[in-house]
Amino acid sequence: MLSELTFYFFAALTLAAAVAAMSMRNLVRCALCAAAAFGGLAVIYVQLDAEFAGFVQFLVYVGAVAILIVFAVLLTRGEEIESGLAPVSSRWVGGFAAAAIVLAAIVGSVLSSPSLNHAAAPAASAPVKQIGRELMTGFVLPLETVGLLLTAALLGAVVIAMRDDAGAEPVIRIRTPLVKEEFDEALTK
Amino acid sequence: MTTPLTHYLVFSAILFSVGFAGAVLRRNAILALMGIELMLNAANLNFIAFWRYGANPEALTGVMFVIFSIAIAAAEAAVGLALVIAVYRHRRTARLEQLDFLKG
Repeated sequence: MLSELTFYFFAALTLAAAVAAMSMRNLVRCALCAAAAFGGLAVIYVQLDAEFAGFVQFLVYVGAVAILIVFAVLLTRGEEIESGLAPVSSRWVGGFAAAAIVLAAIVGSVLSSPSLNHAAAPAASAPVKQIGRELMTGFVLPLETVGLLLTAALLGAVVIAMRDDAGAEPVIRIRTPLVKEEFDEALTK
Repeated sequence: MTTPLTHYLVFSAILFSVGFAGAVLRRNAILALMGIELMLNAANLNFIAFWRYGANPEALTGVMFVIFSIAIAAAEAAVGLALVIAVYRHRRTARLEQLDFLKG
């Protein structure tokens, strides 16, 4: 009973946070609402007896991805207040219609599927010890591949975001008049 | 665990649609990336729910898939946001409808 209430409460919270994250004007608020949605999903993972996945979700999404999004919002300053679309534009109608069609297709197929109506196993658990053993035996090749992918993504992100002085103008111009005067002074001596 | 599996699946479908609408409708590149992250999260919830309600929860397949999926999503978010920052530095904008200079 408590488990059910937990699911419905956090599902409603996650949906409200997701809708707020996708509809607010202020980008910082959007990022914080998205963090709340990710955290609600982590609670639902724990409620589904997948504690390790819940903690990973919390660490990676609430801890890292949300902070990364906030950093990106702050680094692209000046865009944080987005002027809304016209209430009824063709793009607005098309986007909502596509989303509604996707929702109807998934929900319709879920509700009409007869094989989904069985109860859960009475108890399931994913102990960390067993996950670690699986990662080191059956999933060792995917683990290594993901390690390689993360290294490549880390290097790629640094290279892409690094300032290339040849092409672009720098984001921050540092003016140092005092230093220049001192330099000239030193030259004339 | 008396919550039916369909409730999890319907919740995940709604979350996916919210993310989809955001990714399609919002004009800021960061918000589009956030919508994609929401869609990925909805898919991950499906993996966990099918693992929990599946016939063989001892196999841990759903949990493993979600762990790898979260790792790949984190890499995607890092590279995507780095691209947004790089584009912003060159074009002074992160709005998707102004980033059309590759249309040939």
